[in-house]
Amino acid sequence: MVWGASPTLTAGAAPTRAVPSAVGAEPVVRAARFALAHVPHLVVAGSKPRRELAAQGQGLWYKLQASLRNFEAAVAYPPHQVMLGNLAPEALWDCPRPWHRAPVAGARPEGPAGVLVGEATLHTWLVRGDAAKLVSLAEDYAVELSARLAGARVATANAAGLKAALAVGGEPLAGPAGRVLGVVAPGHEADESLTGAVILENLVAKVTGALALRRLLDEVCPAEPVEFLLGSGEEAVGDRYQRGGGNLAKAIGELAGLRGAGGVDLKAFCAGPVHALIMAGALVRSGLYRRVIVVGGGSLAKLGMKSLGHLAAGYPILEDVLVGMAVDVVADDGRSPRLRLDSAATLRLGDGDAPHQVAMALTVAPLKRLGWRLSDVDRFAVELHDPDVTEPAGSGNVPAHNYRIIAALAAQAGEIDRGGMAAFERAHGLPGFSPTQGHIASAVPYLPHAIAGLTDGSLRRVQLIAKGSLFLGRMTTMGDGASVVLERNAR
Amino acid sequence: MLDFKGKLVLALGERDGIPASSILTCAESAGGQVVYNVTQCFV
Repeated sequence: MVWGASPTLTAGAAPTRAVPSAVGAEPVVRAARFALAHVPHLVVAGSKPRRELAAQGQGLWYKLQASLRNFEAAVAYPPHQVMLGNLAPEALWDCPRPWHRAPVAGARPEGPAGVLVGEATLHTWLVRGDAAKLVSLAEDYAVELSARLAGARVATANAAGLKAALAVGGEPLAGPAGRVLGVVAPGHEADESLTGAVILENLVAKVTGALALRRLLDEVCPAEPVEFLLGSGEEAVGDRYQRGGGNLAKAIGELAGLRGAGGVDLKAFCAGPVHALIMAGALVRSGLYRRVIVVGGGSLAKLGMKSLGHLAAGYPILEDVLVGMAVDVVADDGRSPRLRLDSAATLRLGDGDAPHQVAMALTVAPLKRLGWRLSDVDRFAVELHDPDVTEPAGSGNVPAHNYRIIAALAAQAGEIDRGGMAAFERAHGLPGFSPTQGHIASAVPYLPHAIAGLTDGSLRRVQLIAKGSLFLGRMTTMGDGASVVLERNAR
Repeated sequence: MLDFKGKLVLALGERDGIPASSILTCAESAGGQVVYNVTQCFV
């Protein structure tokens, strides 16, 4: 598929579905792809910037605008090159921080793990993904996008029309220097679940998920049918009567041009993708499906979440990318890393919430069950948030904190002594490199590197560990988590 | 050492640090009364 070319929706009948086998094969994780969309001018639509701009006004707006990165800077940003698979995560250990001051020379906007697109591409796909025809573009911007749109129809408006649309609840598509590039209309004039802001949030999740899925489908066994999609994002798609109805997975699949796949969404805050990987593996193991893809879209709400900290530290606004993901889980192909379902663990009711209790339940216990020590795992992939994003805002280094707990448990178990904890963290841990896109950051950014290391490299086992903050929804005070081990395929 | 006996406590926890549930357990075991507890998540 050529990026920016015609929509890939295919006409014609859906492929005939294979009869499910009575006994499935062991599941493997064959591939993972990410689609990053660099959208600096949508930072103002993030939840924290939106609230702070309402409180602080124009002065903050000017400061934010002055600190936005251009596309080339986003491409050359070392953590983004890790996300794209052009740089190993371990290369960041010796890269001087803050990383935005060490751009990668000759950096490309695509790599073996995915692609990084700019705002014009994202806007084009918003139009293509706009099933309810709620997006309109400024007349002059539609002309600029005409080659990319390639005949896709979109409503346009002049300045007066845009102003009128904004006045009745439309959400602006912000461009450089305050330019309004378009408006996303509410899905209903009297439904708080379909405001223009909510529609835009859900559309960007749909589009970034579809871009990742399309990338995976184009590059990995394109002729092999996909039978099921598992959505794992944190968006809420619905209306006033069913606010979280969901199944964005099917909308993502539709936009990516799939036919013949079913789908469902799995919701567990940031632990969603790892839960979904386990479920995908179970579906393949059961024989119900042979190819399941876990998908997830990016979070508009988290753009600029730490921006005040970045402004205070003199950093550019680092939270300017949306990330979509797609992970291919198939029946054993004799090569790809095995998804060890016998190592799957979740944080159960009564397991407790203190960090060491969570680590015992998700990390130690499943390994012990299989006779493995912590040292028998080559890499632990935890929540891999980029510390350059989190530390200026006072949120610390999340992966490092998690690795400290795991190393402490290894010392407690007698595998290492206390003096060896730092070396354990460095050998078995990873520097954080993921954009702070919630569920996206939770273990899965390491997947392309894990798959490479577990096939052509020297890794034997990788444990994926994710945590979810259920308490944020105010229905419980509990947290959640899920973990599973990927292991080199013995065949 | 902080004396919790007879004190009212606001337990502000962090998921990646010490969650509110742990602070609550400790404070109440030391004689305090936790009148508010919440765990934040900053990512």
